[in-house]
Amino acid sequence: MFYREAGDFSTTYAEDQQTFPIKFDRYRYYVVLFIAIVVVPFFINDYWANSLLLPFLIYAIAALGLNILVGYCGQVSLGTGGFMAVGAYSCYKFMTGVDIWWGGELLFRLPEFNIFFSVIMGGLMTALVGVLFGLPSLRIKGFYLAVATLAAQFFLVWLFNRVSWFYNYSASGQINAPERDLFGVLITGPSTEPWATYLFCLFFTIVCAVIARNMTRGSAGRKWMAIRDMDIAAEIIGVNPLRAKLTAFMVSSFFVGISGALFFAVYLGAVEVGEAFGIQKSFLVLFMIIIGGLGSIFGSFAGAAFLVLLPVALKVVGVDWFGWPTDIVAHLNLVIVGGLIIVFLIAEPHGIAQLWRVAKEKLRLWPFPH
Amino acid sequence: MKYKLGTAAIAAIMAAGPVMADLVFPSLSYRTGPYAAGGIPFADGYADYFTMLNARDGGIGGVMTRVVECETGYNTEKGVECYESTKGEGSLVYQPLSTGITYQLIPKTTADGIPMHTMGYGRTSAANGDVFSHTFNYPANYWNGASGAINYLLEQNGGDLNGKKIALVYHNSAYGKEPIRTLTELSAKHGFEFKEVPVDHPGQEQKSQWLQIRRDKPDYVIMYGWGVMNQVAVQEAANIRFPMENFIGIWWSGSENDVLAAGDAADGYKALTFHGVGDDFPVFDDIQKHVVDAGNAAGAGDQIGTVLYNRGLYAAMLAAEAVKTAQEIHGVAEITPAQMRDGMEALSITEEKMAALGLPNFGPTFDVSCENHGGTGLVGMTQWDATAKEWTLISDFAPSDMDVIGPLIEEDSAAYAAENNIEGNCG
Repeated sequence: MFYREAGDFSTTYAEDQQTFPIKFDRYRYYVVLFIAIVVVPFFINDYWANSLLLPFLIYAIAALGLNILVGYCGQVSLGTGGFMAVGAYSCYKFMTGVDIWWGGELLFRLPEFNIFFSVIMGGLMTALVGVLFGLPSLRIKGFYLAVATLAAQFFLVWLFNRVSWFYNYSASGQINAPERDLFGVLITGPSTEPWATYLFCLFFTIVCAVIARNMTRGSAGRKWMAIRDMDIAAEIIGVNPLRAKLTAFMVSSFFVGISGALFFAVYLGAVEVGEAFGIQKSFLVLFMIIIGGLGSIFGSFAGAAFLVLLPVALKVVGVDWFGWPTDIVAHLNLVIVGGLIIVFLIAEPHGIAQLWRVAKEKLRLWPFPH
Repeated sequence: MKYKLGTAAIAAIMAAGPVMADLVFPSLSYRTGPYAAGGIPFADGYADYFTMLNARDGGIGGVMTRVVECETGYNTEKGVECYESTKGEGSLVYQPLSTGITYQLIPKTTADGIPMHTMGYGRTSAANGDVFSHTFNYPANYWNGASGAINYLLEQNGGDLNGKKIALVYHNSAYGKEPIRTLTELSAKHGFEFKEVPVDHPGQEQKSQWLQIRRDKPDYVIMYGWGVMNQVAVQEAANIRFPMENFIGIWWSGSENDVLAAGDAADGYKALTFHGVGDDFPVFDDIQKHVVDAGNAAGAGDQIGTVLYNRGLYAAMLAAEAVKTAQEIHGVAEITPAQMRDGMEALSITEEKMAALGLPNFGPTFDVSCENHGGTGLVGMTQWDATAKEWTLISDFAPSDMDVIGPLIEEDSAAYAAENNIEGNCG
C-alpha cells in the first residue's frame, strides 16, 4: 500500500540503480534530509545539540566506519577508540599548527589549518594509522585479529598519554579546542551557536553516509563482502585480499578519524585520551553496529541513535518523571543495554536494520498479506 | 526515526516545566562506576545540608533550595549532558567533583555566565580570578596540597629534605598530573629527588608500580589517587611493607573507603585535608534532627560524618554562604547565577560565621576577591587510626609555599588567557 513499486517505472539504468529505487522511500529520504538540514537548525537549542544530536551524528560516523570494516569486510576490530583518538589528536595538532622538532630545535611550524581541513586531516592521518594496524589482518583472522586491534587500542592511548608533543606540552595532558570559525561562524569553543555545530557535523555525516553507501554497493564493497563471506573463494575469483582488506581498514579508519576529530573539537571541546577514547568507546561503537545491524548503512544510524538516546530517554523517564534515584537509573541503563545485546544476538542478529527491512516488506503487502 | 520522535516528545514535555521559584543547586554526582565510593558520600553531604536548610531555616533568605541531581559516572560526556539538561533550570553554581568535567565546563560556564566551584580539584590556575572569571577553587587547590605535603615533610625532617627521595603515585589523567609541575619546582628548591609513578584509569592493577617503588626505595610516597585506585594503593603499599606513616595521600585519597579495605595494615596512613574530620560538630545534631530523623537523608544515609560526606557538606555550606552574601549585595532573595557569582567573589568565611553555622574550627578562614578565587590555601594533615577506625587531624592548617605556587598560577593562567584571548576581569 504505502511502500510499493507499482506504477513506479524506471526508464534508465541510472534510475533503476539509485539508492532508493522506490518513489515512496525516496521521498521519505528527501523529507528526512529536508527536516535535518532546513527545519532542525531553526529549532535547535544547546540541550538538543549537545545532549542528543551532536553525539548521535558523530557516533553515526564512527558506526559507519566500523560497519564497513566489521559488517562489510568481516574484519573484527576493537581499536575504534584508539583510532578516534588518532583523529582527535591529529585534528588538534593541525588546528594549532604542527611543530616539527629535530635534535631539540624547532625545525618549522605548519600554519594553523582551518577547522574544516583539520577534521579532514584527522581522518586522513587515521586512515594511515588504520592501514598500518590493518596489516596483521592479512595473516590472522577472527578472534586473533580482534586481539591485534585491541593492542592498537591500548598502544595508541598509551602513546597519546606518554608523548607530550601530541598535547602541545600542556601541564594537564588534556587537549583543548581553541576557538575556530568557518566563514566567520564559530565552530569550536564555548561560544558556538548550536545550529552551527549541528550543521557542521551534519555535513560530515551526510557526506560520509553517501560515500559509504556508494562504496559498499560498488566494486570496492563487493570485494569486501566477498572477503567477508569466504576469503579463499574470493581470492580464487580474483579479489586481491591485500588490497581489499587494507582499503577496508583505510576507509573505515578515515570515517572513525573524522568522528574522533568532531567528537573532540566540536562536541566536547576538551579531551583526555584515557577517559574519552578508552576501550569502552570501542565497545560502545561495536554495540551500536551489533544492535543497529551489521552490514547496513541504515543500521549504523539506527544503532547510534539507539545507544545515544537510550540513556537520555531513560534518565528523563526514570529521574524526571518517576523521581527514581539517579544511581538506579544508571544501573538500569547498563542492564537494559546488556540485555538488548543478548536479545539482538539471539533473536535478530541483523539488528534494527533487519526490523526496518521487515517493516518495509510488511508495508508493501499491506493490507493483503499472503 | 521512530526512536527520534519518541524522545522528541519526551524531551519536549520535560523542557516545558522548569520551576523558577527555588534556589537551584545542581549536583553532578556519581553513584555508579569505579569512582562511586568517593562520589556517594560527597553527593549525600551536599544534598543533606540543603535539605537541612529547608527544614530548619525555610531555605536561604526565605527562598527554598532545590538540589537537582544528575548522574555523571565521572564521565565527561555524561557531565556535558548533565550540564546542558540542568542549566536551563536556573542553576546557581556547578560543582562537578571531577577534574575532567571541570576542564570541559570552564569555558562553557564562563560563556553562559554561571559560576563553578571546584573545591580542592579542577584547574589549579583558576585561582587567578583575573583570568577565570566564573571559576572558583577556594579554599585550597592541588598545588597547595603538593606544597603542604612537602612542608609537612620539611617539618618532620628538621627543615631539610636534601638527598631524600619522594615518589608521586598519581592517577594518569589531568587530575593526577596537576601536582607534577609544583613538585618538580619544589624538588629543585629543596634538593630532594622526585619520581613520577603513573597509574592508569581505573587503577585496579598497580603491582608493577609498587614493585618499582620497592626497588627504588623512596623515603616518602605522595599519592594523587581517586576511587578504587586508593584502596588498591594502600593495600599494595601494605603488601610491600612500605612504612604507612611515610605514605601521604592528597585529600581525595584520604577517606574511610580508602583505608578500611586494608584493615590494620593501613594504620598510620596520612592524608592532607582542608577541613575538619569527624562528626563532633553541632551541625550534625541539626542534620540528625531535621534530615535523618525526618527520613529525608540522601542516598542510604549511612555516610554521615565520613570525610567525604563532610566535604560535600562543606561545599554546600560555602555555596549557601555565597548565596547569603549575594542576597545581601543585591538586596533580592531570588538571586540569578550572575548575582551568585558576585556573592562567591565577595565571600568571606570567618571564625564567627563558622561557629554560628555549627561548624566551629571546621575549616580555614578566608576571603575571596576578584583577583584571588583560591582562598588562602591552608592545608592540614590527618592520620588514620585503624583500631579506632577514624581519621584525626594531626597538624594545624598551615600555609603552603606561595613563592613557588604563585608564579606557577600566574604562568598557567597567562597561557590560558593568551589561548582564549581573555583580558583581565578585575582591571
